[in-house]
Amino acid sequence: MKYLILKHYRGNPAPYGDAAPMDQWSPEEVDAHIGFMDDFAKRLEGTGEWVDGQALSPEGTFVRYDGPGRPPVTDGPFAETKDLIAGWMVVDVDSYDRALELAGELSAAPGRGGEPLYEWLEVRPFLDNPTTIDE
Amino acid sequence: MSAAGGVVDEGLLRTLTPAVIGVLCRRGVDFATAEDAVQDALVSAWRSWPDDPPRDPKGWLVTAAWRRVVDQARSESSRRRREERVGVEPEAGPVTSTDDTLRLYALCAHPSLSPSSAVALTLRAVGGLTTRQIATAYLVPEATMAQRISRAKRAVRDVPLDRPGDLATVLRVLYLVFNEGHGGEVDLAAEAIRLARQVVDLTDEQEAAGLLALMLLHHARRDARRTPAGAIVPLREQDRSRWDTDLVAEGVGILQRALARDRLGEYQAQAAVAALHADARHVDETDWVQIVSWYDELVRLTDSPVVRLNRAVARAEADGPRAGLAALAALDPGLPRYRAALAHVHEKDGSTALAADLYAEAARLATDTAERDHLTRQAARLRSALSSGEREDRPRG
Repeated sequence: MKYLILKHYRGNPAPYGDAAPMDQWSPEEVDAHIGFMDDFAKRLEGTGEWVDGQALSPEGTFVRYDGPGRPPVTDGPFAETKDLIAGWMVVDVDSYDRALELAGELSAAPGRGGEPLYEWLEVRPFLDNPTTIDE
Repeated sequence: MSAAGGVVDEGLLRTLTPAVIGVLCRRGVDFATAEDAVQDALVSAWRSWPDDPPRDPKGWLVTAAWRRVVDQARSESSRRRREERVGVEPEAGPVTSTDDTLRLYALCAHPSLSPSSAVALTLRAVGGLTTRQIATAYLVPEATMAQRISRAKRAVRDVPLDRPGDLATVLRVLYLVFNEGHGGEVDLAAEAIRLARQVVDLTDEQEAAGLLALMLLHHARRDARRTPAGAIVPLREQDRSRWDTDLVAEGVGILQRALARDRLGEYQAQAAVAALHADARHVDETDWVQIVSWYDELVRLTDSPVVRLNRAVARAEADGPRAGLAALAALDPGLPRYRAALAHVHEKDGSTALAADLYAEAARLATDTAERDHLTRQAARLRSALSSGEREDRPRG
């Protein structure tokens, strides 16, 4: 079963503990964090659970169709007012519990002073589970 | 037979895979090494057979894989020990591959493996699929699948290949493969059927035959179960002329021979339900009473809540919606598809508005895109019927 693990810039529950943004960390703290993420991905490849993952720029723009012959309407970027996705990871695991376990480990990625981030992550199942056959 | 016209008979290669691994294992090669060597031999076969088809494909593969094992053994530090061991092993005589193959199935479906690992290992070691083919079918990177397979091989490294193993586990893994049946270049449903045929040939177990019959009967209806765009077509609306009557006949024949042996099991009972559906030329000719009695057997065999749910829906058909609703009321509403079933039976009972709400709720809970879309469409159908009924001031029900 595949799950999407979503990192949010905001739109998540109230942060736990020190939630200073990454640009206020020391370079060593940033390196430690990124190294943890890379190791995590490598380890999941080793367990056969890795599918994909990507960090995203905080700059997002909402776009919509605005009628025939008209350019699309854009909204923003107003990064400070919206729920933004900071990055995502897709894992292919045997159970929902395993997906939660992995998200839990990811949430403990090191932050300032090497302390766990206690970051909120959202876990969403993919809608592609095979249909058990019966009619 | 193998490579006429410059084309490698992929089916033949895959059929030979477990037997060749079995031969190597019996010559004293450990499973993981044998499996790797056979994969290499398969790749060589792909390259060389179109130009130079072998007269004895199996012998060719054994030789190629064996050479690979020997090369590898020479290059390792444990060379002497391995060569001594290989030296004292008798050369394989005429091959009776059947037992080896069944043991290989059991090894690949070993209970120590997670379901996804067991499926991946089975597809590679007994199905002869490449890692890339399996990765594509499961929509994961090839490196991920390669690791999944090598971990699985490590997990069964010390499991001796000398006992038949638990056939029930083998059948469960094959059914998982069958239900994956989509995506990639390999039709996993067809692959599961091919492997199940081998298991049936190797055993005298009625449940293996029951599973094969079940797969064939479902496979026979596959084209009619979806629109070309992939939308679900409910049983009632399926174009029955598109059911594959040859596969139905074969499935029914296999099932009848299995049932005659009088050792009923879960797969045989499920196949019996599928056979009763396949037997009806029109949905109104379906023998729902007999289907309910097969579900009674399944409840007895499995005590599964999902079976009880299916039984409740069948009762609504056999004994009317009120009987179905009563049966549903006794079940846990948290069951997967409970609301979809409830919606269906309430619709039959004439409670259109309630059914529409339940369909919408079921759609929110669906775990499958096609199913969610189907349930959303059902809710929309009932709601538009309701609103046009209101416009005509002629409520339905």
